[in-house]
Amino acid sequence: MTIEQLWDEPLNGWMKGEGPDSDIVLSSRIRLARNFDQIPFPNRASDEVLANVMAELRKSVADLSNQDNRSYLFIDMEKLEPLERNVLVEKHIISPSHVQEPVNRALIVRDDAAVAILINEEDHLRVQCLLPGLNLPETLALANEVDDILEARHSFAFHEQVGYVTACPTNVGTGLRASVMIHLPALVLTKQINRIIGAATQIGLTVRGLYGEGSEAVGNIFQISNQLTLGQNEQEIASNLQAVVKQVVGQERAAREALLRDSKDMLADRVWRAYGVLRYARSISGQEALALLSEVRLGIDLNLIDEAPPTIFNELLVISRPNFLQKVAGIAEIHPAERDVLRAQVIRGKLTEFKGGNKDA
Amino acid sequence: MLCDDCQKRPASVHITQITNNQKIDKHLCNQCAQAYGDIAFSLDSKFSVHDFLKNMFYSGAAENVPAKSGKACANCGMTYHDFSRTGKFGCSACYSTFGDHVEPLLRRIHGVSTHTGKLPRRTGATLELKQRIKKLRNDLERHIVQEKYEEAAKIRDEIRGLEKELLSPVSEEGNI
Repeated sequence: MTIEQLWDEPLNGWMKGEGPDSDIVLSSRIRLARNFDQIPFPNRASDEVLANVMAELRKSVADLSNQDNRSYLFIDMEKLEPLERNVLVEKHIISPSHVQEPVNRALIVRDDAAVAILINEEDHLRVQCLLPGLNLPETLALANEVDDILEARHSFAFHEQVGYVTACPTNVGTGLRASVMIHLPALVLTKQINRIIGAATQIGLTVRGLYGEGSEAVGNIFQISNQLTLGQNEQEIASNLQAVVKQVVGQERAAREALLRDSKDMLADRVWRAYGVLRYARSISGQEALALLSEVRLGIDLNLIDEAPPTIFNELLVISRPNFLQKVAGIAEIHPAERDVLRAQVIRGKLTEFKGGNKDA
Repeated sequence: MLCDDCQKRPASVHITQITNNQKIDKHLCNQCAQAYGDIAFSLDSKFSVHDFLKNMFYSGAAENVPAKSGKACANCGMTYHDFSRTGKFGCSACYSTFGDHVEPLLRRIHGVSTHTGKLPRRTGATLELKQRIKKLRNDLERHIVQEKYEEAAKIRDEIRGLEKELLSPVSEEGNI
């Protein structure tokens, strides 16, 4: 992988693979928070300390590459253009808070972006692993492997009673946040989603929008994650979430079947209208694009639309984000109205690439 | 408290609605809250987990934490006041410095205060031994209370063995 591919290609390597239930679950993610012993956490560290942490962790790049025969890149956040940093956020490689202060912040990323290590975010390092579909146990295994490789060189802060210590006490213990990104159009359409969000909250899970803390659930995409990091071990946290999500997937499938059975014509009309707008619109906002893409994906999943492959959804999800759009077009500054025109144009171009059989034609 | 709308079920959701600069506060049950749909469940982007934490601290400070505890972390200089303001610790040593406050805090957040997951490999072997010894000591006491002296003697020998192991340098291969 060259560094450019991170920005120029909409799909990261890991996204090209297939995973269990990947028609509904877009990705499984595991994040481990780790810190160095005695060294002030990033919120209290001087520039010098932060620079040392960066230099120290840079040494692990070679260890990682040697262990799993993949190439890893070390990226100094300060050396990136703001636009490039924002594209990494849009692609879920780094968190929104990692771009707020780029000085002395860094990223180690595997060639397929399945592994990303954020340096000097809220904690000294956060190991993030992403795999397609609903596959938390395997994602956890990968994160543990990376953690072990890092630990072979570095000594992480560990408290005998409370476990791995973190800047924020909500992450202490395992330092583990497991989450899945899940597409639930039928549960939204049948107005069952609030019930499910309520139930998930009661058993210690959090349900949020596409870009994490405080973001809206645009495009019917939700993130479900564990709230507590202490008390249960890593495998328990991952398998609990896996079991709950499995049930949500079942509910979504049942809702889809019910929709198809009871109101197929309405549904077909709805998803084809969404397709029509995307296919012919001359200006489209990011929000509208996401909402319509979600409907088109539902249409593809239910075999109502066969003019485009399901992967188009994941691809256009990234392509239609403002910073990616701008980066690929190679424009430094763009007016929002012009960006909407550009977005419509790119989406039209993508959809014309596929001219499969049309069931109704 | 009963739900403001139906007056039947207990209220579990607090809703603040602002319409034309008029603020209305309501305490609703789950069912009635559903009727508010988007208003009730829309996400407030300005409120984060840290705000919750701060509130936890302030409520805790009133009960069991002396308001003027001048203790500062010897390693990073953070005071407890700094912490209750930001909701973040300054370094790993803070967890020991403010140990008395950490335990009830973790209980409030997580319901428990003891880690049961992964141990770091580097220090993990020692920690595991310590945990095993701790558990055996508890067993030992229980057996003595129950006057099961024969079994207690066995456990005591096991503890001695483990303590010896703890003192010897840890070999890479583990226990030989």
